[in-house]
Amino acid sequence: MVQPVEVSSRSVGIGIRGIVKRFGAVTAVDEVSLAVEPGEFLALLGPSGSGKTTILMAIAGFEYPDEGEILVGGEDVTWTPPYHRNLGMVFQKYTLFPHMSVLENIAFPLKMRGVGRAEREERARTALATVRLDGFGERKPAQLSGGQQQRVAIARAIVYKPRVLLMDEPLSALDKNLREEMQIETKQLQREIGVTVVFVTHDQTEALTMADRVAVLDHGRLQQIGTPHELYEAPKSAFVAGFIGETNFWQGEARGAAAAGRVVSVELAEGVTIEATAVDAVTERAKLRVAIRPERLSLTAPEQGLLSARVEQEIYAGNATTLLLSTASGQSLKLRLPAGSAMQAPAMGDLVGLRWAAQDARAFGGAA
Amino acid sequence: MSARPHRWLLGGRHYSSAASLALAAPFLILAFVTFLLPLGSLLHESLFVPAPTLAHYERAVTAPVYLRVMLRTLRIAAIVTALALLLAWPLALVMARSTGLKLAILVASVLLPLWTSVLVRTYAWMVLLQKNGVINQMLMASGLVDEPLKLLYTETAVVIAMGHVLLPFMVLPIYSALRGIPDDYSRAAQMLGASEWATFREVIFPLSLPGVTSGCLMVFLLALGFFVTPALIGGPQQMMIATLVSQQVREMLDWSFAGALVGVMLAFVLLLALIFKRAVRLDRFVGSA
Repeated sequence: MVQPVEVSSRSVGIGIRGIVKRFGAVTAVDEVSLAVEPGEFLALLGPSGSGKTTILMAIAGFEYPDEGEILVGGEDVTWTPPYHRNLGMVFQKYTLFPHMSVLENIAFPLKMRGVGRAEREERARTALATVRLDGFGERKPAQLSGGQQQRVAIARAIVYKPRVLLMDEPLSALDKNLREEMQIETKQLQREIGVTVVFVTHDQTEALTMADRVAVLDHGRLQQIGTPHELYEAPKSAFVAGFIGETNFWQGEARGAAAAGRVVSVELAEGVTIEATAVDAVTERAKLRVAIRPERLSLTAPEQGLLSARVEQEIYAGNATTLLLSTASGQSLKLRLPAGSAMQAPAMGDLVGLRWAAQDARAFGGAA
Repeated sequence: MSARPHRWLLGGRHYSSAASLALAAPFLILAFVTFLLPLGSLLHESLFVPAPTLAHYERAVTAPVYLRVMLRTLRIAAIVTALALLLAWPLALVMARSTGLKLAILVASVLLPLWTSVLVRTYAWMVLLQKNGVINQMLMASGLVDEPLKLLYTETAVVIAMGHVLLPFMVLPIYSALRGIPDDYSRAAQMLGASEWATFREVIFPLSLPGVTSGCLMVFLLALGFFVTPALIGGPQQMMIATLVSQQVREMLDWSFAGALVGVMLAFVLLLALIFKRAVRLDRFVGSA
């Protein structure tokens, strides 16, 4: 399980218990319950409209849930106004106050807490140093780059040692290289100060890179919560399998029943019968979706494969080569060859055989 | 030889100086003919007619009767500005927080008066304030007063009517400044521990200041030169500078003295502009920062 590297005595856990939030006829959050451990970095991941931001806003206190409760450090804060929750938040757009200097921005939460001027300035300077921006205190936010502004926003959110740090897609406004750099930096900082973080993102790579655990949401429902490894290797639903990483899907029908976790025979639309691992218990003739990752397919001679397909296109990306394949029935598939094995890459139009291990093909019920 | 791409009008963000001049020329010519030329000739009149003299200026700043008019003008303009600010700020905030039909109704109620003639609005105030006007009739009928109050031809009446007429010039720049403040700023402030009052005091109000200063400047300057409303609502007892100037020109035919009055007010406004030069940037006249 997750062991946060360094839990500060101040960081606390968060409990979300059965919260429901409706906007008119739309249910934005539908009975979501989850627990965040003290010092844990949790990512809320989902497409737009999945309810991830609404959950964050309910934790922050800008939305009040219609049902359920929110606990911070065991204390019920469901109806507490935001300014009494003592949480930190970093927004998507940096939201530094443009009429204040960088230092005044960072000192603002201390000023609101009645901290004296001298102490305020000292602590603000320390926080500025923590995000490696010493000497920038007298500038106005507009004179900083996007990455620097976001670091100031983080300094401002941690200077008063909040119990929890909420982050609402804080890196999405940055360009790719800077974003990757900031992902590592933010994660490092979180380990150093040991604060509990809830991080909203729609970028699965970002969630997998940064988070101790990831909560995947869709249509206001919690689909799965687990470590990045669990989500990628053992997705519990076809949605999670498709949303985290790349996946090939086949439609098929169960030939025989199987308990959850056991091997089941599936007849594909191709007419071929293959073996897959049943994620949930499967009944005879149930409609199934079989998911398999592109890198778990391997190439063989056409007659030796479990399935044969024709190479449609080859996409070379340096560290790997992706083959776009098409089976006899027109189903398209992706297959990934890591760099180094690329010498065996077949030519376009070649007929190839495909093999995989039964535990890598995951069969989901309720074909949709 | 590779020719530098010719960029006259639409090529880039910056026009050549020739293009700038050409685009601004119609206005500059108009401003010269209808503003600078008459103003220059009036000031010339005040200094050189009949002979080079400062006598007209001396009369304007020493005679108590004229001094009183000028002070009253400044006082009324200042009170009107303060009153308009007090009324406009909350209204602008409500407008900035509104959308759809609510916003449309609010904008219309601010703009529609601006589209009706000042004269019409001033007469409306006369109907309300006169001795047998709507307000006095209501006060009498309710038994609050026994005889009609003197409402018209008072400084208060002038302030109220001018405040009403000039209100849009205060509302619009403040609205525009408030509209430009993203919601996230107040969210961020509250997240950082600021109560709603502290959010207003520390973030929202300071960020609205560009709109406030441009609104105050516009209302104050318009109020200084206001003619119709003070003349009709204030009457001769509450004369303001514009009425005085008009009187000098039309009744006394004393162009030189009228020019001196204009010169004194102009000098005063320029002085104000210099004082506020640091605080107020001219580009803020057009609204948000």
